Amino acid sequence: MSLLTANQVTKRFGGLTAVSELDFELAEGAIASVIGPNGAGKTTFFNCLTGFFHVDEGSITFAGDPIHTLRPDEVAHYGISRTYQNIRLFASMTAIENILVGQHNHLHSSWLGAIFRTRAQRREEREAHVEALRLLDFVGLIGRGDSLAVKLPYGDQRRLEVARALANKPRLLLLDEPTAGMNPSESHQMTELFRQLRGDLGITVLLIEHEMRVVMDISEKITVLDYGRKIAEGTPAEIQKDPLVIEAYLGRATEADEAGPADPVGPSDDVEALPPSDGDPSGSIT
Amino acid sequence: MSAATIQPTDMAGASAADTWRLRRVLQIGVIAGVVAIYLCLVGIVPVFAERPLIVGVLELGQSALLITFGAAGYVAGMDQIKASWLRAIVVGAIVGAITGAFLTGLVLLGEAVDLRAVFLNASPTLYALLTDGIVLTGPIVPIVVGTITGALAGVILGLPTVIRVPLVIGLSSLLFFGLFAGLLRTPMLVTPLKDFARFMFGPEGLTVAGAIIVFVVSVGATAIVRRTKPRQRMNALPPRQRRLVVGPLGLLTLAFILLFPLAMGPFFAQVIALVAIFVLLGMGLNITLGLAGLLDLGFVAFFAVGAYTVALLTSTAEYGLAELSFWQAVPFAVLFAMLFGLILGLPILRIRGDYLAIATLGFGEIIRILAGSDLLKPVLGGPRGILNIPKPLDVPPTHFLSGPVQIYYIALAFAAVVAFIAWRLRSSRLGRSWMAVREDEDVAEGMGVNLVQTKLLAYMLGGAFAGLAGAISAGLIGSIFASSIQLQLSINVAAIVIVGGMGSIPGVVLGALILVGLPELFREFSDYRLLFYGLALMVIMILRPEGLLPSRVTRRELHTGGELLDVPDSELITDEERREASPR
Amino acid sequence: MNARKLDRVTDVAINVFMWAFKAVVIAVVVVGSVLTLLSGTYAPADWFELAGAGLTQGSIYAMIALGYTMVYGILRMINFAHGEIFMAGSFGGYFALVALASTGMLAQGVAVSLFAIVLAILAAMAVSVILAVGVERIAYRPLRDAPRLVPLISAIGASLFLQYSFRGFFGSGIYAYPTPDFLKQDAPIPLLSMRWVDVLVVVASLAMMTVLYLFVMRSKLGTSIRAVSEDQGTAALMGIDANRAIVMTFVIGAAMAGAAGVLYGLAFIQVTYAMGVIPGIKAFTAAVLGGIGNVPGALLGGLFLGLIEAIGPTLFLSGFGVPATNQLKDAVAFTMLVLVLVFRPSGILGERVARSRA
Repeated sequence: MSLLTANQVTKRFGGLTAVSELDFELAEGAIASVIGPNGAGKTTFFNCLTGFFHVDEGSITFAGDPIHTLRPDEVAHYGISRTYQNIRLFASMTAIENILVGQHNHLHSSWLGAIFRTRAQRREEREAHVEALRLLDFVGLIGRGDSLAVKLPYGDQRRLEVARALANKPRLLLLDEPTAGMNPSESHQMTELFRQLRGDLGITVLLIEHEMRVVMDISEKITVLDYGRKIAEGTPAEIQKDPLVIEAYLGRATEADEAGPADPVGPSDDVEALPPSDGDPSGSIT
Repeated sequence: MSAATIQPTDMAGASAADTWRLRRVLQIGVIAGVVAIYLCLVGIVPVFAERPLIVGVLELGQSALLITFGAAGYVAGMDQIKASWLRAIVVGAIVGAITGAFLTGLVLLGEAVDLRAVFLNASPTLYALLTDGIVLTGPIVPIVVGTITGALAGVILGLPTVIRVPLVIGLSSLLFFGLFAGLLRTPMLVTPLKDFARFMFGPEGLTVAGAIIVFVVSVGATAIVRRTKPRQRMNALPPRQRRLVVGPLGLLTLAFILLFPLAMGPFFAQVIALVAIFVLLGMGLNITLGLAGLLDLGFVAFFAVGAYTVALLTSTAEYGLAELSFWQAVPFAVLFAMLFGLILGLPILRIRGDYLAIATLGFGEIIRILAGSDLLKPVLGGPRGILNIPKPLDVPPTHFLSGPVQIYYIALAFAAVVAFIAWRLRSSRLGRSWMAVREDEDVAEGMGVNLVQTKLLAYMLGGAFAGLAGAISAGLIGSIFASSIQLQLSINVAAIVIVGGMGSIPGVVLGALILVGLPELFREFSDYRLLFYGLALMVIMILRPEGLLPSRVTRRELHTGGELLDVPDSELITDEERREASPR
Repeated sequence: MNARKLDRVTDVAINVFMWAFKAVVIAVVVVGSVLTLLSGTYAPADWFELAGAGLTQGSIYAMIALGYTMVYGILRMINFAHGEIFMAGSFGGYFALVALASTGMLAQGVAVSLFAIVLAILAAMAVSVILAVGVERIAYRPLRDAPRLVPLISAIGASLFLQYSFRGFFGSGIYAYPTPDFLKQDAPIPLLSMRWVDVLVVVASLAMMTVLYLFVMRSKLGTSIRAVSEDQGTAALMGIDANRAIVMTFVIGAAMAGAAGVLYGLAFIQVTYAMGVIPGIKAFTAAVLGGIGNVPGALLGGLFLGLIEAIGPTLFLSGFGVPATNQLKDAVAFTMLVLVLVFRPSGILGERVARSRA
């Protein structure tokens, strides 16, 4: 069943068309990725999904309801959460407070209740804290709840962002370059976390990623954007072989592809070397 | 230098000027010199000179210059202290000399050319002040004094901490008690302590004997405190015992706050009443700005609404609409202020960041102009305003509650209520949404926070409290005019919140004490009050933007003090629940 | 869900409110104007006289607005202390002019007097530029990367500091500019009854702003300023020194404000330490009106605001029988400010600020 559908979505900024006639579909319970060179329109697409930008043309539907005209807070109510390319935690609040804000949609006590500390409010706060601790544990940050968000190490901050997004109990989680700046072992841990999200919590996950290891490892479907347009879509195996994709990303490096697994082609900043094209998405390059 | 090889000794041998960092020394000297001249020309030195610190020996204006010399010497010396103590002293002396030279230059210039045509303060009085050393007179004095003070700063730098810290505290105590001497003396004169008071304090400033005693006692006390480390000891105590210590201390503080104004006389009571009203205002803005991050430069408009409401409802003069009592009018004042916030807030709260500040400023100014205009004169009294507003508590003049003390207690009571509300709200869903909006409103919105509603609530609540403050002020002064509605008031309250610590309740109190209390207590400061505000705002933003007593610090402090007054969130649950949450 | 209903209600309330707000403003403007004109209380000559005053005032706003608009364009911050830079220039020009007057220069005919004024303007510019560069270095540069409110608060602090420092230096009294008599005569301009000094203000400001515009558009420095305003990172990659461009922006803005200070003094005579506050806010309004970051916009906004402020109260309000409409001059200007910020913050000509990425 299709959870998220984007239909001919177009977004322009003055003379620049950031996203162009994009069709996209995501089934419930899937893990999918959106990839593409820098500036391809991936984050813009996310911003359209969350209501931060208004689409100039086209529509977006979530579980059958149109969401492209909603404000971001309304979109969040529907059960869509996201993380950000540049980490955007609430810097001067603690880790636990960040997660508690994430629970905003699920806490109902009013400000009068807060002033008078009614029993209902106190109970709700306790439950919220327990839940927040659970989330901290889920992402592996238990014991750090009291730390100021800005003081956490980089990898932990990324995880905290995920925990905060999860606090909204979303049906769909949008992750914008969640492993940026991480080393391979940290990335691997995050990948396992993403699997758990779908497996344990039943959340549909959509990733923007540059780290090809992660993308190929975990995605069931990959959508490739370039200059705002979809140029390819399919399973990891299909994408690896797609000449348009290779051209968009790698241009000249096609020889490296054909050399096979014995050749140590390490990933460089912009150019991600694809795993050997024997079709095994979980293969990795040493 | 040998070109073939680079050896460590070569680098050390590189020009003497470099290791002595003469260029930086010169830089510091010039900056300090400019500061010193600034202090003279802007009038701080001559005006502050009227306040003695140690009678017959040292006054405040000279102290300002001495502090300048000393600070310059200290900063310059810090570069050299690792190299050698002697160097630090020499460098301090040089910097002090340069600074002094600037002043000497000013004196010489002033004797040649009459600078008073431009700078009002470049008068013979000023030159006399600058050239009057205790043993020496003449234009050379600033250089000499500068050199000595700078060198002393270098000396202090090199002292071991055990000596240096008590010494510095001793000097600071001199400054502090010198300033407050007069204030302390007055109430003591009617007690059995009056001879002691006369011995220690002059009508303004310390006597020489008093200065010596203060210095010795503070140095000694500091040394003792550092050895016994009471804070560490207290933290080591188990909570119950801690409470036994903190409890009575807390009660004492409370008693002090409540009774002190009664003992100190009407002038002091007036000042502290004003401080209390600003604390109340600050609490309100603490919600709007401190928590939600909305810089409301039109805050004074709410104050005005509250004041005018009370005025219109209670005044016995021609503009009064109904002769209610103060207490009957107050709820209306708060209500109208909130309504006002709603009406103003709806259109403008969608504006982003700094534009919002200007928009609120615009509103505040419009209100000010309208309130004083002929257009609304029939209702609001025009520039003359509304008079004859009765005091809140109608007591006979001999009652201890007549006079400004009444206002103090009322304002204090309301401030306590508002502080309580703010404190409760802060650790609630609403408070967290406010802080999230302040930190990053786009992300907060993405998490389901309705920006307009959240901001509107902060705006209205802050405004309500400001309206309350306005109502009380109207009762205090007995009248309200349009000219009381000044942009400056909004800026003052914002300064209190910012300098004290955004979102921090103790911070607001400290901010009000420093920024409102001090200038009121000391005339000299009040002439330059806004200059210091401006300086304080810049300094705080650059050095410590979270404020003097930011909420996180106070939280930690209060917590380790044993009292669960404000608890880090994760401690709200028991250990058992915590274990339950992480099944390992 | 209760919260969602509240959401809807608030949304509707806001929309209704905005609509009503707009309607009221338009109604007041239109109906008021009609009533005023119908009542025939004012002859066309009166309106032209007001327009002339508006042009003069507006030219001054425009020159000050340039500083706001350029600094906002390059740093995205409101230079709250800019009004004080204007004030400082006015004082600098005052002392220069007084000194020149004491040598008799102002009594030696038109050419010499004008030359003296030029010298005073240069002195004023020097004072303003030095102060502005100092403020940028001390109060703004350390805060370049801070969240937006922080530099604004520092700017407010700088504004207070400058105001009261000047009060300390020069006292709280009012200084009177020694405007030469020939400038105070009426100029033979048809319709707009302006004095020569008013003409001087308008012409001088137009001239200076034209030069500035050409400079920003044509010169290398001007281009680098525009580049850094557009995208600081890329400009740096191209080898442009961002700091230098920023400092030059402050220099240019301050020079214009300083000159405006002298022109203001010549036209309105009275100069005092607090004179920069309200003109500063109004100039900022002008900058936003014209489109922040947009140099021609500042000119347009300034003139527009000056005219509205001069003509508005009488035109819109006297028809309703509002007494003493000139009292409300500032209120009209501030209402313009609020309206522009609420309804069209990008201004008439559109803003020119670097786009921030989500």
